[in-house]
Parts: sequence; structure tokens; C-alpha cells
Amino acid sequence: MMPEHHPGDDLLIAYAAGSQDEPVALVVATHLALCPRCRNEVERLEDLGGVLLEELEAEALGEDSLECVLGRLDEAAPEAPEPPARVPASVDPRVPRPLRDYLGAGLEKLDWTSYRGLDKAELLQEVPGFRTRLMRIKSGTAMPAHTHEGTELTLVLAGGFSDEHGHFLRGDVAEADAATDHRPVADPGEDCLCLAVTDAPLRLTGPFGRLLNPFLRI
Amino acid sequence: MLNALAIDIRPPLAAVVAAKSALVVWPVLPLERAMRGETTFGEPGAEASAEELMTAVAQRRDRKAFVRLFETFGPRVKAYLIRQGADRASAEDLAQDVMLTVWRRAAQFDRSKAAVSTWVFTIARNRRIDTLRRARRPEIDPEDPALVPEPDDPADRVVEAAQRSKCLHAAVAALPEEQARLLRLAYFEDKSHSVIAEELALPLGTVKSRLRLAMGKLRTALETME
Repeated sequence: MMPEHHPGDDLLIAYAAGSQDEPVALVVATHLALCPRCRNEVERLEDLGGVLLEELEAEALGEDSLECVLGRLDEAAPEAPEPPARVPASVDPRVPRPLRDYLGAGLEKLDWTSYRGLDKAELLQEVPGFRTRLMRIKSGTAMPAHTHEGTELTLVLAGGFSDEHGHFLRGDVAEADAATDHRPVADPGEDCLCLAVTDAPLRLTGPFGRLLNPFLRI
Repeated sequence: MLNALAIDIRPPLAAVVAAKSALVVWPVLPLERAMRGETTFGEPGAEASAEELMTAVAQRRDRKAFVRLFETFGPRVKAYLIRQGADRASAEDLAQDVMLTVWRRAAQFDRSKAAVSTWVFTIARNRRIDTLRRARRPEIDPEDPALVPEPDDPADRVVEAAQRSKCLHAAVAALPEEQARLLRLAYFEDKSHSVIAEELALPLGTVKSRLRLAMGKLRTALETME
């Protein structure tokens, strides 16, 4: 089954250009694993990157640049850094790479918090300015209506949900911004598992910031 | 390869060829020279596409072909890195590294999948994310059993990668200036689209819709060639 809701062109362009922050790129790349159509689009966008690179005005290299590189051609390639431990696909076949690499010991071992039919686990907490969460919504549960301060990207990994903008199933990406007021309802049947990234405003620090934060962070 | 040819040629023809070559001085063809490990790539006036040069590097570790690629792409990779915010000294070092990677990974280059420019671009981009951004780049794993495969066979695609790039060059040249400029900003400045919008004093929606328009035109250009 192919996804029907794809990331917008601007997200695919930023992914191909490599100008996104890691949480957003993680949503796009995980969608790519589930969507051959967008994989193809990103390949074309990388072609475009190559075309634009060729059109760039050349910047003269140092005089000894070529000699220096030719002198190193026979050097043994440096040892590639140890790749991060891979979580085997058998741990949770619903989660493709690259997202699977962010799960540590696996989906069930994450630090889940639960509240009224919604389980959440934080990922990528070291990246400032974003909240990256896995969410598990119990089948048939309605989330309270909400708006967003920034942009929220949601990628469905299992189950599905509906809101005013449509019906979202595995591989689909929903984009919601400050103007979106929505009330997602999880499909009956399987629980809905999704990856949600919000570009939340930066947390204020300092004595006044800390006092204000409880009001700013809902 | 020469042995295989000798076997394929039937005896009467082989005899004619042998007799003729004893009398006539055959012009040295590029293919024969290539088989002897020589190339014409380093000589002025010799026309070889980047894809041919890359194949020569991959298959024969041809240094002359590599020098040609270095001269074409090295200065552009350096320009790319400077636009992305690297100072001149690190742009120089990184550009050398990128070209060295081109040499080392030459065997992985697949001309049916990507043009050389595409391949060099992705190497430079990933190197930049590693070093200038110090971030991980999440990427798919083509071997992942959870990856949803392509429904059609990619071998059915008839258009060669290098042809696609040629078509894109023409299509970019035909874009309205404001759209082409925005694409360059999106690819070369390590900035989010909202920052680009702010700098151009445009609403974010306008930036997104211009990018979408540009993409639509490029897509149409590619579809008409397929």
C-alpha cells in the first residue's frame, strides 16, 4: 500500500539540499522508506542539486591543491567510524530505518508516559528547538482539539487517524501549522503509532523564563 | 578481451584481418589505447563526458581522468562550501577531501542511477552536514526489509541519468529569475525556508508556493523527455 499524503515540495527540497534540522529530516527520511514515489522525487531533487552545483561560479583551488590530492590517492582510506549499533528489524517490523536507529533497545524499552489513552516517548531531546515524539493513541480515542504554535509534522507508522484534513494511514504525513485547529481521532482496530515533530519555540531560561515557562508550555 | 575477440571472429575473416594488418598501419583507435591502459583524457581537445571519466576512474583507476574530474568539480565544491558558510581554508580542505572520496568510492558510482554531478553533490552535501553542522543525516537503508519496494522495475526506465541532468540544466535556465534564485538559496544557503522568507521580506507561503511552481516546471520538463 502506498501513502497518499506526502510531505510538501518544500520539505523534500530541504531534505535533498540538506538544510533541515535532524528531527524534520528524520520524518522525511522515514517517510521515504515507506514511499517509493517520494524516493524518486528526492533522487530528481538531488539531480537538481548536481545541476546547480555545476552552474556555480568556480572558486579557484589552492596552487598545490591538485598535487596534494594526487599525493594522497594511494593512501589507505581512513577507517570508517564504527556505525551506531543497529536495532534489528525483527525488534519491530513496523518501524523502518532510519527511525529504528533512534529507538535504542526497541520500541517497548522507550521511556513511555501515558495519559488518557495517549502514550508518548521523547526522542532526540538533545536537538534544541524541537520536540520529537513517538505517540501511541489507543484505537478509537479522540485527542482534544488543539492548535500549534509552530509546525507539527506527523508520520503514521501503524493504525491510522482522521481529522478535518483527511484520513491518515501508514506512511502518510500530516502537516499542521498555527492556523490548523484539529481534533484527530484514532481509527478503530489497531492502536495508532506515529512519529510527531513540533518546532516548538525555544524554552526560555533564566529566572524569569523559568517562571514564565509553565504558562508558555502547554 | 582480445582473446575473446579472436575466438569470435570466424577463421576466414580472421585470416583477412591478419593479412591486412601485416601490410597496413592501422590508426590507433581510442578503444585499443584504452585497452592498453592509455587514455586520451589528459590531452587537450579530447572530449569525454564526466560519466566516461568516472567510469575510467572506477574501472582502471585512471589518474588522468581523475585530474579532469578534479579540475571540473573541485573548484565548484569549494564554491559550494563557501556559500554554505565555510571559511576559505576549511572550504579548501573539505573540497580536497570530497574529491579524494570521489576517487576512493569510485566503484560505487552507478551511471544508470545518477549523473556524476548528482553523485558529487551528495558527497559534498553529506560531508558538509558532518563537519559544518556536526549533525547526523537520517537516510534510508535500501537493504532494510521494512523498506517498501518500488512497484515497477527500475530497469524499465529508459532515460539515462546524464540525459536527465542535461534536461534539468535547460529547464532551470528557462525558469523565471525569482524562482531560479530561490532554488539556489534553498540549495546553497544552509537556512530554513522561513529564514529565507524573512531575509527576502516575503511571506513564508510565497516562498513555498514559488518553490512549488519551480518544481512543477522542472517535473514537466522531465516528464516530456520520458
